[in-house]
Amino acid sequence: MLLSSKRQRKKLGEEHLQRIIDLCKSVEERGVDPFLVDVDDVIAIIREFFPEWNSMEELSLDAQAINRLASVIRLQSDWVRHRSTSLYADPFLLEEKLRKLSRESLARLFLHTWHPIVEMEQISPYGLIEAIKYWQSLLPLNERWAKTEFMKTELGSASREDLIKQQIMAEKAFTEELETLWRELKQRVGKNEKIPYWDFVGANTYEETVRRAYLTSFLVTYGYATFEVHRLEEEIFIIPFSKPRSLLGKKQVVSVPVSVSAEEWRRWKESRHD
Amino acid sequence: MRRKALYLRKLKRATHLLFYRRHRKPGVKGWELRKRLGSDYPKVLGLLDSYLEKLDLQVKTVFEAEAPAEKPTLEQLDRARFYITLRGGLTPKETKMSGWRIDDIAGLAIAISYIISKKGKAPRDEVGELLRDKLPGWRVDLNMDRYIRAGYLAQDENRQLYLDWRTRAEVDEKALVDLLLTAEKVGEEKAG
Repeated sequence: MLLSSKRQRKKLGEEHLQRIIDLCKSVEERGVDPFLVDVDDVIAIIREFFPEWNSMEELSLDAQAINRLASVIRLQSDWVRHRSTSLYADPFLLEEKLRKLSRESLARLFLHTWHPIVEMEQISPYGLIEAIKYWQSLLPLNERWAKTEFMKTELGSASREDLIKQQIMAEKAFTEELETLWRELKQRVGKNEKIPYWDFVGANTYEETVRRAYLTSFLVTYGYATFEVHRLEEEIFIIPFSKPRSLLGKKQVVSVPVSVSAEEWRRWKESRHD
Repeated sequence: MRRKALYLRKLKRATHLLFYRRHRKPGVKGWELRKRLGSDYPKVLGLLDSYLEKLDLQVKTVFEAEAPAEKPTLEQLDRARFYITLRGGLTPKETKMSGWRIDDIAGLAIAISYIISKKGKAPRDEVGELLRDKLPGWRVDLNMDRYIRAGYLAQDENRQLYLDWRTRAEVDEKALVDLLLTAEKVGEEKAG
């Protein structure tokens, strides 16, 4: 019973030390106000559990906590020193000023306090060393200018499936794909004459949505369908034609940029679930 | 007479040492100057500084730690770095010759003053967010990298930004903060 309560206390102490280490680390790394750490409290905890430690690991954890705490105390002292110097400026006030001032005013202000270094550049021992390193790492000319060797292979034939597998050829011809999508569009529109853009191009995956949006843009360009844009409501509808019409040269053609971002796709998918 | 000739020679040597870049970074360490000019190099630098005043240039001393409140000791001077910088400021027209655009300079002013207000260290993301207010998003990271490459800022493995050697050599940090805090008045007075 006594043994188990001692073990529990040790465990609790280790947790406390780990929490102290994490807190101090976050103050150090994120630049948080170091006075968030109450040094007296932390020391009291370290002191309270110190008699429990026997093994090397436990003592090392204790030393780590003290080391981290020392770093926080150093930060606190830096903070006090900074506030007492003439360089101290309220960060919030300064940030506000930086946001308010125009780029031109900021640049003009900075020019009053900027005194660039005047120097003449010349080759230095450092430059020479760098040049030698570069020269030594260069391959000889005959290696750099070596001609590409050709590999002799046996003649053979590739099937359509092989080409599709190697992504040299698409599974369906492009026009075939367009016409399939056009038929689907006409079918989905039915008697309504038009369909909202996202309801047509939207698919279960984002990749498929992008593919459908890409093909739809060709449907419109090649005269299989047209867009109806309601600018105020920010809505776009697709209207399929019963027969492809070429508008090129007959009417002034306008481009309609439509953003199909992953975020919009996600929004569309969520609205469907609602 | 011999003394004058001696100092003239030392002045020339100091000019060569300070104007020509001999290392990766410009500037010369105090101990190097002592080795080449002798232990009275602070006096030689003083003479050079008063000569350069007519040309709107100055000998700038950057101490290893903070600038000492009183007269620096020889040891502090030996560890300091010396540069030749402009004494006065630049005009917006002259800045164009340096290859920096107005918004690059505004961005640098923002980054430096924000880091100063955060006690000399600020997360890169926070500085970036502030810069996004004034620069197009795609230029924010490019500009920060440029400031780091030029030696104005330094970044550690936790993406914290610090002021680097060039800021300490070229920028009057106190004047910058003071001017920003009184910006409305200054904007009217100095802009004209």
